Amino acid sequence: MTEFNPSRRKFIQTTAVTSGVAIVAKLAPEAEAKSVLKPQQATQPAKVNILLRVNGSEHQIMIDPRTTLLDALRERLYLTGTKKGCDQGQCGACTVIVDGRRITSCLTLAVMQEGHDITTIEGLGTPTNLHLMQAAFIKHDGYQCGFCTPGQICSAVAMLDEIKAGIPSHVTTNLNKRPEMTNIEFRERMSGNICRCGAYSNIQEAIAEVAGVRT
Amino acid sequence: MIGFTYKRATSVAEAAAIAAHTNDSKFIAGGTNLLDLMKLQVETPTYLIDINDLGLDKIQPTTDGGLRIGALVRNTDLAANEIVRRDYAVLSRALLAGASAQLRNQATTSGNLLQRTRCPYFYDTNMPCNKREPGSGCSAIGGYSRQHAIVGVSDSCIATHPSDMAISMRVLDATVETVRPNGSTRTIPIAELHRLPGNTPHIEHTLETGELITAVILPKPVGGIHIYRKVRDRASYAFALISVAAIVQRDGTGRVAVGGVAHKPWRVEEAERNMHRGAKALTAGVLANARTTPDNAFKVLLVERTIGSVLNEAKV
Repeated sequence: MTEFNPSRRKFIQTTAVTSGVAIVAKLAPEAEAKSVLKPQQATQPAKVNILLRVNGSEHQIMIDPRTTLLDALRERLYLTGTKKGCDQGQCGACTVIVDGRRITSCLTLAVMQEGHDITTIEGLGTPTNLHLMQAAFIKHDGYQCGFCTPGQICSAVAMLDEIKAGIPSHVTTNLNKRPEMTNIEFRERMSGNICRCGAYSNIQEAIAEVAGVRT
Repeated sequence: MIGFTYKRATSVAEAAAIAAHTNDSKFIAGGTNLLDLMKLQVETPTYLIDINDLGLDKIQPTTDGGLRIGALVRNTDLAANEIVRRDYAVLSRALLAGASAQLRNQATTSGNLLQRTRCPYFYDTNMPCNKREPGSGCSAIGGYSRQHAIVGVSDSCIATHPSDMAISMRVLDATVETVRPNGSTRTIPIAELHRLPGNTPHIEHTLETGELITAVILPKPVGGIHIYRKVRDRASYAFALISVAAIVQRDGTGRVAVGGVAHKPWRVEEAERNMHRGAKALTAGVLANARTTPDNAFKVLLVERTIGSVLNEAKV
Protein backbone atom coordinates (compact mmCIF):
# COMPACT_ATOMS: atom_id res chain seq x y z
CA MET A 1 0.00 0.00 0.00
CA THR A 2 1.26 3.48 -0.77
CA GLU A 3 1.31 6.66 1.27
CA PHE A 4 -1.85 7.16 3.30
CA ASN A 5 -3.32 10.45 2.17
CA PRO A 6 -6.94 11.01 3.13
CA SER A 7 -8.67 13.65 1.09
CA ARG A 8 -10.31 15.42 4.06
CA ARG A 9 -6.94 16.10 5.69
CA LYS A 10 -5.57 17.46 2.44
CA PHE A 11 -8.62 19.68 2.18
CA ILE A 12 -8.11 21.10 5.67
CA GLN A 13 -4.41 21.73 5.00
CA THR A 14 -5.19 23.50 1.74
CA THR A 15 -7.90 25.59 3.38
CA ALA A 16 -5.56 26.65 6.16
CA VAL A 17 -2.91 27.80 3.72
CA THR A 18 -5.27 29.73 1.46
CA SER A 19 -7.09 31.39 4.37
CA GLY A 20 -3.85 33.13 5.23
CA VAL A 21 -2.79 35.53 7.94
CA ALA A 22 -5.99 35.92 9.94
CA ILE A 23 -6.00 32.28 11.03
CA VAL A 24 -2.31 32.31 11.91
CA ALA A 25 -2.83 35.33 14.16
CA LYS A 26 -5.77 33.63 15.86
CA LEU A 27 -3.77 30.49 16.55
CA ALA A 28 -0.86 32.34 18.15
CA PRO A 29 -2.16 32.48 21.76
CA GLU A 30 -2.89 28.77 21.66
CA ALA A 31 0.62 28.01 20.47
CA GLU A 32 1.99 30.11 23.30
CA ALA A 33 -0.13 28.28 25.86
CA LYS A 34 1.13 24.95 24.61
CA SER A 35 4.73 25.99 25.19
CA VAL A 36 4.36 25.37 28.93
CA LEU A 37 4.27 21.64 28.17
CA LYS A 38 7.53 19.91 28.87
CA PRO A 39 9.75 19.70 25.82
CA GLN A 40 9.94 16.41 24.01
CA GLN A 41 12.77 14.20 25.12
CA ALA A 42 15.89 14.90 23.12
CA THR A 43 16.33 11.25 22.29
CA GLN A 44 13.34 9.48 20.84
CA PRO A 45 12.69 5.97 22.15
CA ALA A 46 13.68 3.06 19.96
CA LYS A 47 10.93 1.74 17.74
CA VAL A 48 9.66 -1.71 18.50
CA ASN A 49 8.70 -4.52 16.20
CA ILE A 50 5.25 -5.89 16.97
CA LEU A 51 2.83 -8.39 15.50
CA LEU A 52 -0.80 -7.29 15.52
CA ARG A 53 -3.60 -9.73 14.73
CA VAL A 54 -6.46 -7.74 13.25
CA ASN A 55 -9.59 -9.18 11.65
CA GLY A 56 -7.85 -12.53 11.33
CA SER A 57 -4.73 -11.19 9.54
CA GLU A 58 -1.31 -10.73 11.08
CA HIS A 59 0.61 -7.51 10.57
CA GLN A 60 4.26 -7.05 11.49
CA ILE A 61 4.99 -3.37 12.06
CA MET A 62 7.78 -1.22 13.49
CA ILE A 63 6.23 1.42 15.73
CA ASP A 64 7.03 4.04 18.31
CA PRO A 65 5.86 2.50 21.62
CA ARG A 66 3.74 5.63 22.20
CA THR A 67 1.39 4.63 19.36
CA THR A 68 -2.11 3.89 20.60
CA LEU A 69 -3.93 0.91 19.16
CA LEU A 70 -6.25 3.43 17.49
CA ASP A 71 -3.41 5.23 15.69
CA ALA A 72 -1.77 1.95 14.70
CA LEU A 73 -5.03 0.74 13.14
CA ARG A 74 -5.67 3.97 11.29
CA GLU A 75 -2.25 5.30 10.36
CA ARG A 76 -0.25 2.09 9.96
CA LEU A 77 -2.76 -0.56 8.89
CA TYR A 78 -4.97 1.97 7.05
CA LEU A 79 -8.06 0.56 8.74
CA THR A 80 -9.75 3.94 8.92
CA GLY A 81 -13.19 2.58 9.78
CA THR A 82 -12.28 2.99 13.45
CA LYS A 83 -12.69 6.68 14.23
CA LYS A 84 -10.78 9.08 16.46
CA GLY A 85 -13.29 11.25 18.26
CA CYS A 86 -12.04 12.59 21.59
CA ASP A 87 -8.87 10.47 21.92
CA GLN A 88 -9.49 10.30 25.68
CA GLY A 89 -11.93 7.44 26.12
CA GLN A 90 -15.03 9.56 26.51
CA CYS A 91 -16.84 9.28 23.19
CA GLY A 92 -16.55 5.62 22.15
CA ALA A 93 -15.95 6.36 18.45
CA CYS A 94 -12.76 4.26 18.58
CA THR A 95 -14.44 1.18 20.05
CA VAL A 96 -12.99 -2.09 18.77
CA ILE A 97 -13.39 -5.65 19.99
CA VAL A 98 -10.35 -7.33 21.57
CA ASP A 99 -10.65 -11.02 22.50
CA GLY A 100 -14.42 -10.64 22.34
CA ARG A 101 -14.54 -7.58 24.60
CA ARG A 102 -15.22 -4.03 23.43
CA ILE A 103 -12.60 -1.48 24.43
CA THR A 104 -11.67 2.09 23.52
CA SER A 105 -8.66 1.73 21.24
CA CYS A 106 -7.43 5.25 22.09
CA LEU A 107 -6.69 4.22 25.69
CA THR A 108 -4.43 1.27 25.01
CA LEU A 109 -1.04 1.07 23.37
CA ALA A 110 -0.56 -1.03 20.26
CA VAL A 111 2.41 -2.76 21.95
CA MET A 112 0.09 -3.88 24.76
CA GLN A 113 -2.19 -5.65 22.28
CA GLU A 114 0.38 -7.99 20.78
CA GLY A 115 -0.95 -11.54 21.00
CA HIS A 116 -4.59 -10.48 21.18
CA ASP A 117 -7.37 -10.86 18.61
CA ILE A 118 -8.51 -7.46 17.43
CA THR A 119 -11.73 -6.98 15.48
CA THR A 120 -12.56 -3.65 13.85
CA ILE A 121 -15.64 -2.59 11.90
CA GLU A 122 -13.86 -3.82 8.73
CA GLY A 123 -13.74 -7.29 10.27
CA LEU A 124 -17.41 -7.42 11.19
CA GLY A 125 -18.73 -7.16 7.66
CA THR A 126 -18.12 -5.84 4.15
CA PRO A 127 -20.32 -3.75 1.85
CA THR A 128 -21.37 -6.91 0.03
CA ASN A 129 -21.63 -9.05 3.15
CA LEU A 130 -22.91 -6.87 5.97
CA HIS A 131 -22.97 -7.93 9.58
CA LEU A 132 -26.54 -8.17 10.88
CA MET A 133 -25.92 -5.12 13.07
CA GLN A 134 -24.62 -3.09 10.11
CA ALA A 135 -27.69 -4.00 8.07
CA ALA A 136 -29.97 -3.08 10.98
CA PHE A 137 -28.29 0.32 11.38
CA ILE A 138 -28.94 1.03 7.69
CA LYS A 139 -32.54 -0.18 7.89
CA HIS A 140 -33.33 1.90 10.97
CA ASP A 141 -31.25 4.92 9.95
CA GLY A 142 -29.10 4.57 13.06
CA TYR A 143 -26.87 7.52 12.23
CA GLN A 144 -26.77 10.95 10.71
CA CYS A 145 -23.18 12.06 10.05
CA GLY A 146 -21.91 8.51 10.55
CA PHE A 147 -18.75 9.36 12.48
CA CYS A 148 -19.70 7.47 15.65
CA THR A 149 -21.28 4.59 13.71
CA PRO A 150 -18.35 2.14 13.48
CA GLY A 151 -17.85 2.50 17.25
CA GLN A 152 -21.58 2.18 17.89
CA ILE A 153 -21.77 -1.00 15.82
CA CYS A 154 -18.69 -2.66 17.35
CA SER A 155 -19.99 -1.70 20.77
CA ALA A 156 -23.50 -3.00 20.08
CA VAL A 157 -22.26 -6.35 18.79
CA ALA A 158 -20.06 -6.92 21.85
CA MET A 159 -22.76 -5.55 24.15
CA LEU A 160 -25.26 -8.23 23.11
CA ASP A 161 -22.58 -10.84 23.78
CA GLU A 162 -22.05 -9.38 27.25
CA ILE A 163 -25.74 -9.80 28.06
CA LYS A 164 -25.66 -13.36 26.69
CA ALA A 165 -22.64 -14.04 28.92
CA GLY A 166 -24.67 -12.94 31.95
CA ILE A 167 -22.68 -9.80 32.73
CA PRO A 168 -24.92 -7.48 34.78
CA SER A 169 -25.29 -3.73 34.31
CA HIS A 170 -26.18 -0.71 36.44
CA VAL A 171 -29.87 -1.17 35.59
CA THR A 172 -30.02 -4.94 36.15
CA THR A 173 -32.60 -5.26 38.94
CA ASN A 174 -31.54 -8.61 40.37
CA LEU A 175 -27.81 -9.29 40.37
CA ASN A 176 -28.39 -12.97 40.98
CA LYS A 177 -30.50 -13.52 37.87
CA ARG A 178 -29.37 -13.43 34.26
CA PRO A 179 -29.72 -9.95 32.74
CA GLU A 180 -32.45 -9.64 30.13
CA MET A 181 -32.46 -8.29 26.60
CA THR A 182 -34.44 -5.11 27.16
CA ASN A 183 -34.23 -1.59 25.80
CA ILE A 184 -33.43 -0.28 29.26
CA GLU A 185 -30.43 -2.59 29.39
CA PHE A 186 -29.33 -1.60 25.86
CA ARG A 187 -29.48 2.09 26.68
CA GLU A 188 -27.44 1.80 29.86
CA ARG A 189 -24.88 -0.50 28.26
CA MET A 190 -24.42 1.77 25.22
CA SER A 191 -23.74 4.89 27.32
CA GLY A 192 -20.05 4.76 26.39
CA ASN A 193 -20.89 5.62 22.79
CA ILE A 194 -21.85 9.23 22.24
CA CYS A 195 -23.80 10.30 19.12
CA ARG A 196 -23.79 14.05 18.77
CA CYS A 197 -26.32 13.89 15.94
CA GLY A 198 -28.67 12.26 18.46
CA ALA A 199 -29.57 9.15 16.50
CA TYR A 200 -30.01 7.24 19.75
CA SER A 201 -33.61 6.13 19.26
CA ASN A 202 -32.82 4.70 15.81
CA ILE A 203 -29.66 3.03 17.11
CA GLN A 204 -31.76 1.43 19.82
CA GLU A 205 -34.25 0.15 17.25
CA ALA A 206 -31.42 -1.38 15.22
CA ILE A 207 -30.00 -3.11 18.29
CA ALA A 208 -33.43 -4.30 19.39
CA GLU A 209 -34.04 -5.85 15.98
CA VAL A 210 -30.77 -7.78 16.04
CA ALA A 211 -31.48 -8.87 19.61
CA GLY A 212 -34.98 -9.98 18.62
CA VAL A 213 -36.64 -7.58 21.07
CA ARG A 214 -39.83 -5.64 20.28
CA THR A 215 -39.48 -1.88 20.69
CA MET B 1 3.30 12.06 25.22
CA ILE B 2 7.01 11.97 25.92
CA GLY B 3 9.07 8.97 24.86
CA PHE B 4 9.38 5.92 27.08
CA THR B 5 10.84 2.46 27.09
CA TYR B 6 8.19 -0.26 27.13
CA LYS B 7 8.74 -3.56 28.89
CA ARG B 8 6.34 -6.44 29.38
CA ALA B 9 7.17 -7.88 32.81
CA THR B 10 7.00 -11.65 33.16
CA SER B 11 6.94 -11.94 36.96
CA VAL B 12 5.92 -9.84 39.96
CA ALA B 13 9.53 -9.88 41.23
CA GLU B 14 10.81 -8.64 37.87
CA ALA B 15 8.21 -5.87 37.71
CA ALA B 16 9.00 -4.64 41.23
CA ALA B 17 12.77 -4.83 40.60
CA ILE B 18 12.58 -2.80 37.39
CA ALA B 19 10.42 -0.21 39.14
CA ALA B 20 12.86 0.06 42.04
CA HIS B 21 15.87 0.57 39.79
CA THR B 22 14.37 2.79 37.13
CA ASN B 23 13.69 6.45 37.69
CA ASP B 24 10.36 7.77 36.46
CA SER B 25 8.93 4.33 35.80
CA LYS B 26 5.24 3.45 35.98
CA PHE B 27 3.33 0.21 36.00
CA ILE B 28 0.68 0.04 33.31
CA ALA B 29 -2.34 -2.27 33.57
CA GLY B 30 -5.56 -1.21 31.83
CA GLY B 31 -4.06 2.15 30.89
CA THR B 32 -7.41 3.94 30.85
CA ASN B 33 -6.26 6.70 33.20
CA LEU B 34 -2.47 6.63 32.82
CA LEU B 35 -2.45 6.95 29.01
CA ASP B 36 -4.94 9.77 29.20
CA LEU B 37 -2.63 11.62 31.61
CA MET B 38 0.46 10.79 29.53
CA LYS B 39 -1.11 12.34 26.43
CA LEU B 40 -1.55 15.57 28.39
CA GLN B 41 1.94 15.24 29.91
CA VAL B 42 0.47 15.31 33.38
CA GLU B 43 2.21 11.96 33.80
CA THR B 44 5.62 11.71 32.15
CA PRO B 45 7.08 8.26 32.82
CA THR B 46 10.17 7.36 30.79
CA TYR B 47 9.75 3.64 31.46
CA LEU B 48 6.47 1.71 31.28
CA ILE B 49 6.28 -1.69 32.92
CA ASP B 50 3.35 -3.66 31.49
CA ILE B 51 2.01 -5.90 34.27
CA ASN B 52 -0.78 -7.55 32.28
CA ASP B 53 1.03 -10.89 31.93
CA LEU B 54 1.70 -11.53 35.63
CA GLY B 55 -1.20 -13.93 36.16
CA LEU B 56 -2.82 -11.60 38.71
CA ASP B 57 -6.24 -11.97 37.12
CA LYS B 58 -7.85 -14.61 39.35
CA ILE B 59 -10.66 -14.36 41.89
CA GLN B 60 -10.27 -17.05 44.55
CA PRO B 61 -11.92 -17.84 47.91
CA THR B 62 -9.58 -17.41 50.89
CA THR B 63 -9.17 -20.04 53.62
CA ASP B 64 -11.13 -17.93 56.11
CA GLY B 65 -14.19 -17.53 53.93
CA GLY B 66 -13.22 -14.29 52.20
CA LEU B 67 -12.27 -13.51 48.64
CA ARG B 68 -8.91 -12.74 47.05
CA ILE B 69 -9.23 -10.51 43.99
CA GLY B 70 -6.16 -10.40 41.75
CA ALA B 71 -4.91 -6.90 41.03
CA LEU B 72 -5.39 -7.37 37.29
CA VAL B 73 -8.99 -8.60 37.42
CA ARG B 74 -10.92 -6.35 35.04
CA ASN B 75 -13.76 -4.29 36.48
CA THR B 76 -16.28 -6.13 34.27
CA ASP B 77 -15.14 -9.55 35.50
CA LEU B 78 -15.16 -8.48 39.13
CA ALA B 79 -18.67 -7.03 38.86
CA ALA B 80 -19.91 -10.17 37.10
CA ASN B 81 -18.27 -12.67 39.44
CA GLU B 82 -20.92 -14.94 40.95
CA ILE B 83 -19.57 -14.75 44.52
CA VAL B 84 -19.21 -10.97 44.37
CA ARG B 85 -22.76 -10.55 43.07
CA ARG B 86 -24.13 -12.80 45.81
CA ASP B 87 -22.03 -11.93 48.87
CA TYR B 88 -20.49 -8.52 48.12
CA ALA B 89 -23.25 -6.93 46.04
CA VAL B 90 -22.23 -3.41 47.06
CA LEU B 91 -18.97 -4.00 45.16
CA SER B 92 -20.75 -5.20 42.01
CA ARG B 93 -23.11 -2.26 42.18
CA ALA B 94 -20.32 0.27 42.66
CA LEU B 95 -18.33 -1.13 39.72
CA LEU B 96 -21.35 -1.13 37.44
CA ALA B 97 -22.10 2.49 38.36
CA GLY B 98 -18.63 3.53 37.19
CA ALA B 99 -17.32 4.50 33.75
CA SER B 100 -18.62 2.84 30.57
CA ALA B 101 -18.70 -0.82 29.54
CA GLN B 102 -15.64 -0.29 27.31
CA LEU B 103 -13.63 1.19 30.17
CA ARG B 104 -14.77 -1.49 32.64
CA ASN B 105 -13.52 -4.11 30.18
CA GLN B 106 -10.06 -2.50 30.28
CA ALA B 107 -9.74 -1.12 33.79
CA THR B 108 -8.23 -3.28 36.52
CA THR B 109 -8.79 -3.62 40.25
CA SER B 110 -5.48 -2.08 41.32
CA GLY B 111 -5.57 0.55 38.59
CA ASN B 112 -9.00 1.61 39.76
CA LEU B 113 -7.67 2.06 43.31
CA LEU B 114 -4.70 4.11 42.12
CA GLN B 115 -6.43 6.24 39.50
CA ARG B 116 -5.86 9.96 39.79
CA THR B 117 -8.40 12.66 40.57
CA ARG B 118 -10.54 14.12 37.78
CA CYS B 119 -10.14 17.67 39.10
CA PRO B 120 -10.13 19.71 35.86
CA TYR B 121 -7.22 21.84 37.09
CA PHE B 122 -5.08 18.74 37.62
CA TYR B 123 -5.61 17.95 33.94
CA ASP B 124 -5.04 21.49 32.69
CA THR B 125 -1.27 21.97 32.51
CA ASN B 126 -1.76 25.71 32.02
CA MET B 127 -3.17 26.10 35.54
CA PRO B 128 -1.47 25.92 38.93
CA CYS B 129 -2.07 22.63 40.75
CA ASN B 130 -0.28 21.47 43.89
CA LYS B 131 -0.96 17.87 43.00
CA ARG B 132 0.65 18.17 39.56
CA GLU B 133 3.29 20.80 40.39
CA PRO B 134 3.88 20.84 44.16
CA GLY B 135 3.96 24.42 45.47
CA SER B 136 2.31 25.98 42.41
CA GLY B 137 -1.02 26.62 44.17
CA CYS B 138 -4.56 25.28 43.95
CA SER B 139 -6.77 26.59 41.17
CA ALA B 140 -9.86 24.82 42.48
CA ILE B 141 -9.88 26.81 45.71
CA GLY B 142 -11.62 29.97 44.58
CA GLY B 143 -12.16 28.42 41.17
CA TYR B 144 -14.85 26.17 39.74
CA SER B 145 -15.30 23.62 42.50
CA ARG B 146 -18.71 22.01 42.11
CA GLN B 147 -17.21 18.50 41.93
CA HIS B 148 -14.73 18.98 44.74
CA ALA B 149 -14.18 17.63 48.24
CA ILE B 150 -15.96 18.83 51.38
CA VAL B 151 -14.24 16.79 54.08
CA GLY B 152 -10.57 16.12 54.80
CA VAL B 153 -9.61 19.04 52.57
CA SER B 154 -6.58 21.29 53.03
CA ASP B 155 -5.44 24.71 51.88
CA SER B 156 -3.35 22.92 49.25
CA CYS B 157 -5.95 20.71 47.60
CA ILE B 158 -9.68 19.99 47.49
CA ALA B 159 -9.57 17.20 44.90
CA THR B 160 -11.65 14.05 45.28
CA HIS B 161 -10.77 10.42 44.69
CA PRO B 162 -12.98 9.48 41.74
CA SER B 163 -13.37 5.72 42.27
CA ASP B 164 -16.75 4.11 42.95
CA MET B 165 -15.16 0.68 43.52
CA ALA B 166 -12.92 1.98 46.30
CA ILE B 167 -15.90 3.38 48.23
CA SER B 168 -17.52 -0.05 48.32
CA MET B 169 -14.23 -1.74 49.25
CA ARG B 170 -13.93 0.68 52.16
CA VAL B 171 -17.35 -0.32 53.45
CA LEU B 172 -16.35 -3.99 53.01
CA ASP B 173 -13.15 -3.49 55.07
CA ALA B 174 -10.94 -4.73 52.23
CA THR B 175 -7.18 -5.02 52.56
CA VAL B 176 -4.61 -4.51 49.83
CA GLU B 177 -1.83 -7.04 49.33
CA THR B 178 1.44 -5.78 47.87
CA VAL B 179 4.95 -6.84 46.92
CA ARG B 180 7.78 -4.44 47.69
CA PRO B 181 10.85 -4.05 45.47
CA ASN B 182 12.91 -6.13 47.93
CA GLY B 183 10.48 -8.99 47.40
CA SER B 184 8.73 -8.76 50.78
CA THR B 185 4.95 -8.69 50.92
CA ARG B 186 2.59 -6.76 53.16
CA THR B 187 -1.10 -6.05 53.53
CA ILE B 188 -2.54 -2.57 53.95
CA PRO B 189 -6.10 -1.92 55.19
CA ILE B 190 -7.87 0.06 52.48
CA ALA B 191 -8.51 2.80 55.05
CA GLU B 192 -4.74 3.36 55.14
CA LEU B 193 -4.00 3.07 51.42
CA HIS B 194 -5.09 6.55 50.39
CA ARG B 195 -3.89 9.73 52.08
CA LEU B 196 -5.55 13.03 52.78
CA PRO B 197 -4.02 15.91 50.81
CA GLY B 198 -2.50 17.92 53.69
CA ASN B 199 0.34 19.96 52.25
CA THR B 200 1.53 17.07 50.05
CA PRO B 201 -1.42 16.41 47.73
CA HIS B 202 0.96 14.95 45.13
CA ILE B 203 1.51 11.96 47.44
CA GLU B 204 -1.80 10.13 47.19
CA HIS B 205 -1.16 6.75 48.74
CA THR B 206 1.09 4.97 51.22
CA LEU B 207 2.78 2.63 48.75
CA GLU B 208 6.57 2.81 48.43
CA THR B 209 8.26 3.53 45.11
CA GLY B 210 8.05 0.36 43.07
CA GLU B 211 5.62 -1.35 45.46
CA LEU B 212 3.12 -3.34 43.41
CA ILE B 213 -0.45 -4.18 44.43
CA THR B 214 -0.98 -7.89 43.78
CA ALA B 215 -4.47 -8.41 45.21
CA VAL B 216 -7.36 -7.00 47.18
CA ILE B 217 -8.66 -9.24 49.96
CA LEU B 218 -12.28 -9.11 51.06
CA PRO B 219 -13.04 -10.51 54.51
CA LYS B 220 -15.78 -13.06 55.11
CA PRO B 221 -19.17 -11.74 53.93
CA VAL B 222 -21.09 -9.81 56.60
CA GLY B 223 -24.56 -10.31 55.11
CA GLY B 224 -27.04 -7.45 55.29
CA ILE B 225 -28.57 -5.40 52.53
CA HIS B 226 -26.00 -3.98 50.13
CA ILE B 227 -26.72 -0.67 48.41
CA TYR B 228 -24.58 1.61 46.28
CA ARG B 229 -26.33 4.84 45.36
CA LYS B 230 -24.56 7.21 43.01
CA VAL B 231 -25.83 10.73 42.35
CA ARG B 232 -24.49 12.30 39.17
CA ASP B 233 -25.31 14.83 36.48
CA ARG B 234 -26.50 12.20 34.01
CA ALA B 235 -27.95 8.74 34.50
CA SER B 236 -24.95 6.84 33.16
CA TYR B 237 -21.25 7.29 32.44
CA ALA B 238 -20.48 10.24 34.72
CA PHE B 239 -18.41 10.69 37.83
CA ALA B 240 -20.27 10.96 41.11
CA LEU B 241 -21.29 14.24 42.63
CA ILE B 242 -21.65 12.11 45.72
CA SER B 243 -22.20 8.40 46.27
CA VAL B 244 -23.20 6.28 49.23
CA ALA B 245 -22.13 2.70 49.83
CA ALA B 246 -24.05 1.02 52.62
CA ILE B 247 -24.47 -2.35 54.24
CA VAL B 248 -27.51 -2.35 56.50
CA GLN B 249 -28.35 -5.24 58.83
CA ARG B 250 -31.85 -6.36 59.78
CA ASP B 251 -31.50 -4.77 63.25
CA GLY B 252 -30.82 -1.35 61.74
CA THR B 253 -27.09 -1.33 62.41
CA GLY B 254 -24.66 -1.13 59.55
CA ARG B 255 -21.85 0.59 57.73
CA VAL B 256 -21.72 3.53 55.37
CA ALA B 257 -19.00 5.09 53.21
CA VAL B 258 -19.34 8.16 51.04
CA GLY B 259 -17.76 8.94 47.69
CA GLY B 260 -17.23 12.21 45.84
CA VAL B 261 -16.61 14.12 49.06
CA ALA B 262 -12.95 13.53 49.92
CA HIS B 263 -9.43 12.77 48.74
CA LYS B 264 -10.03 9.16 49.80
CA PRO B 265 -12.98 6.83 50.35
CA TRP B 266 -14.72 8.50 53.29
CA ARG B 267 -15.98 6.47 56.21
CA VAL B 268 -16.36 7.46 59.86
CA GLU B 269 -16.89 4.27 61.86
CA GLU B 270 -17.89 6.08 65.09
CA ALA B 271 -20.71 7.83 63.27
CA GLU B 272 -22.21 4.49 62.27
CA ARG B 273 -23.44 4.02 65.86
CA ASN B 274 -26.03 6.63 64.94
CA MET B 275 -27.39 4.73 61.96
CA HIS B 276 -30.58 3.74 63.80
CA ARG B 277 -31.21 7.43 64.57
CA GLY B 278 -31.62 8.23 60.90
CA ALA B 279 -29.92 10.11 58.11
CA LYS B 280 -29.58 13.49 59.81
CA ALA B 281 -27.75 12.18 62.86
CA LEU B 282 -25.65 9.79 60.80
CA THR B 283 -24.65 12.44 58.26
CA ALA B 284 -23.78 14.93 61.01
CA GLY B 285 -21.14 12.46 62.19
CA VAL B 286 -19.94 11.38 58.76
CA LEU B 287 -19.50 14.94 57.51
CA ALA B 288 -18.40 16.54 60.79
CA ASN B 289 -16.10 19.54 60.19
CA ALA B 290 -17.09 19.75 56.52
CA ARG B 291 -15.45 22.68 54.74
CA THR B 292 -17.34 23.59 51.62
CA THR B 293 -17.03 26.14 48.84
CA PRO B 294 -20.02 28.12 47.50
CA ASP B 295 -19.97 25.74 44.50
CA ASN B 296 -20.08 22.46 46.42
CA ALA B 297 -21.94 23.34 49.65
CA PHE B 298 -24.96 21.50 48.22
CA LYS B 299 -23.13 18.22 48.74
CA VAL B 300 -23.78 18.23 52.51
CA LEU B 301 -27.55 18.13 52.06
CA LEU B 302 -27.22 15.80 49.08
CA VAL B 303 -25.31 13.28 51.21
CA GLU B 304 -27.89 13.51 53.99
CA ARG B 305 -30.81 12.97 51.62
CA THR B 306 -29.06 10.18 49.74
CA ILE B 307 -28.24 8.40 53.00
CA GLY B 308 -31.90 8.89 53.98
CA SER B 309 -33.04 7.35 50.74
CA VAL B 310 -30.62 4.45 51.13
CA LEU B 311 -31.74 3.74 54.71
CA ASN B 312 -35.34 3.79 53.52
CA GLU B 313 -34.58 1.36 50.72
CA ALA B 314 -32.88 -0.96 53.21
CA LYS B 315 -36.05 -1.10 55.32
CA VAL B 316 -38.24 -2.28 52.46
